[in-house]
Amino acid sequence: MERIPILRMGDFLLVTVQVEMHDQLALNLQEDLADRISATAARGVLIDISALEIVDSFIGRMIANISGLSKIMDAQTVLVGMQPAVAITLVELGLNLPGVATALNVDRGMQLLRHSVQQQ
Amino acid sequence: MSQMDQSIIDALSGQQSSIQAAWLANLEESGAARGVRGDELKKQTGDFLKLFSEGVAESGMDNLGAAGWAEAREFLEALSHSRALQGLDAQQTASFIFSLKRPLFDLFQRETSVDPATLTNHIAAVSELLDAMGLHTVRTFQKAREAVIKRQQEELLELSTPVVKLWDGVLALPMIGTLDSQRTQVVMESLLQRIVDTGSEIAIIDITGVPTVDTLVAQHLLKTVTAIRLMGADCIISGVRPQIAQTIVHLGLDLEGIVTKANLADAFALALRRSGLSVTKAS
Repeated sequence: MERIPILRMGDFLLVTVQVEMHDQLALNLQEDLADRISATAARGVLIDISALEIVDSFIGRMIANISGLSKIMDAQTVLVGMQPAVAITLVELGLNLPGVATALNVDRGMQLLRHSVQQQ
Repeated sequence: MSQMDQSIIDALSGQQSSIQAAWLANLEESGAARGVRGDELKKQTGDFLKLFSEGVAESGMDNLGAAGWAEAREFLEALSHSRALQGLDAQQTASFIFSLKRPLFDLFQRETSVDPATLTNHIAAVSELLDAMGLHTVRTFQKAREAVIKRQQEELLELSTPVVKLWDGVLALPMIGTLDSQRTQVVMESLLQRIVDTGSEIAIIDITGVPTVDTLVAQHLLKTVTAIRLMGADCIISGVRPQIAQTIVHLGLDLEGIVTKANLADAFALALRRSGLSVTKAS
């Protein structure tokens, strides 16, 4: 089965979406990520979607869900590298993703993650 | 009356210079010559009369759509196109054709004085033909004008959304004019693209030049701000004038979660502070 790799970097988990997301892939990612967070006791999750060109409402919901579930498991989520077209689509769909932290690129996202973990 | 008198056709080509003189005088009188140079007008009238007599000889006066009139039609299209670009109005353009009526009527009177019925027929035919030509001219003129307006609108849309860089990592977008869906879309796209290109973390939208803010405009602004946040940058809205602030409160609009500042300077100061920079006086 097709899966998106989840990499571990110290206390954080790194997910880079390099292929077009389809529904099953997003569901798998959600499941895998929940397992990995509990297995590694990660403090933060960084999701890089800079290669993602197209989103629909389902994928948007999945992104919100992933962020929500990792928050419950005490891991902060940062979404990085969203393309302008994707941002406009999500806004038009009414998915404002409240409570999801965002950053322009992986570098800034890592800084944000470290900063927020230190504060806790 | 489908067959034109040979004598008329001969007279049309034979007396071109006298018709042209009468026509030019008429043009001068009606004001249609204003804004066009004398020698240019002389050339245009001369060329058209030549095409006109050729057209009559070839296809008669019944149908402007006939093949023999193709050159005359093209000439008129080019003429009204150039008039539109010169900024002349529709009346002046149409008068170019209508001023030709009188000289032609006079010519017919001179040439077919024998039979009043024939004369009336000829005059009716040429009058209808010239009316059709006038309408054709006005239609082309209008098309050309509409093309000019459309191009200008597009240029205005492009011009009115410049994204400027204020500092490293700080972008500003001064909005001028009414915000509608189409403009917001263009503004949003160009701003988001610039944020990606420059890696800027703070974007300032200045609405000093936006005359009114209603619920729709506020919704557009909210969308833009949300999209910017999703990309991972922050947005500040500046230039909220007192009247606009009052309108927003009156309408009960929810600008929760949006940072607003009264002017661009305040917004810029906040942006610098957030980037960890400060401005000090050089001693």
